[in-house]
Amino acid sequence: MIPEPGTVWLVIALMAVGTFLLRFSFLGLIGARPLPGWLLRLLRYTPMAVIPGLMAPQIFLPPTGASGPNWLLIAAIAVTLAVGIATRHVVLALLVGAGTLTALMLAVAYWV
Amino acid sequence: MQTLSPRNVYWQGLRDALPFMLVTGPFGLVFGVVAAEAGLGLSQVMAFSMTVIAGAAQLTALQLMREGAPLVIVIVTALAVNTRMAMYSASLLPHLGAAPIWQRALIAWLMVDQAYASSILRYERAPVLTTAQKVAYYFGIVTPVLSAWVGGSLAGAVLGEAIPPQIPIAAAVPIAFMALIGPMLRTLAQATAALVSILGALVFSGLPYNLGLLVAALAAMASGALVEVWMERRRRA
Repeated sequence: MIPEPGTVWLVIALMAVGTFLLRFSFLGLIGARPLPGWLLRLLRYTPMAVIPGLMAPQIFLPPTGASGPNWLLIAAIAVTLAVGIATRHVVLALLVGAGTLTALMLAVAYWV
Repeated sequence: MQTLSPRNVYWQGLRDALPFMLVTGPFGLVFGVVAAEAGLGLSQVMAFSMTVIAGAAQLTALQLMREGAPLVIVIVTALAVNTRMAMYSASLLPHLGAAPIWQRALIAWLMVDQAYASSILRYERAPVLTTAQKVAYYFGIVTPVLSAWVGGSLAGAVLGEAIPPQIPIAAAVPIAFMALIGPMLRTLAQATAALVSILGALVFSGLPYNLGLLVAALAAMASGALVEVWMERRRRA
């Protein structure tokens, strides 16, 4: 589904303001007042709490019109994660993962 | 000892940050291509990358817009990805708090993971820098990092329109996200948060207004924090 241009501009504007306020918060607005420890503890986990869940349906649920999950994508994701955990190198994981998916798709197109 | 002028320190920062272009360039490219495929115009892609400057949050917003999520959900969820910026802001305050307000505003606007991580490493190392030198170092870091990000976005947006629809660009998004996640999976608490996030998103995928992801994210944050507390207690015992 293609979003309406007006909606896209509104999202850009709101995110620009919201993200700036998050970044400016302590440096410019709150100053040296410390946040409570429990809140900092929760905030530490936000990327890990949002991103895997955002991607989960796309990775594990069957694509529209397909009867089962996309096993090639799941395999490529597993490789991406393994390379990322082992090397801690984002771009290497991205390249190896994308390469794996391309190779698997070419292999399937050729053999199946 | 020779004192370094802010200009010297700026160039030091710029040199230190050159390798990060290999991270932000390709990520900009992925965002540009995916955004162009989703139907965003060139001006929208560039406005997004130049005002928000946050790859993961931008891809999150894009994904939710494509799913037709309500505006509030798009903004709240995408900004949740960026809450770590508030922690960076707090952590940089002791070093940059004395800089003029316009410099602090500029620092805030240009704050990305790589800029934070490299500057804080340098600030906590000898020789101790003055505030002016710290500001110069920060701007040195962001110069190559953000040039690559903006250049990558531009290249992606232009290329995206030329890529034939048979090539599954959409698959680049989960791979790009998981490439970001892998290196962050260092502790049991982080792994637990990731697992709860995935299971929660799948279990609650039926909730209206794409609320499932927010519910899953809150549960994941709580379980990550709980595991952290539990591990600390065990270590102390």
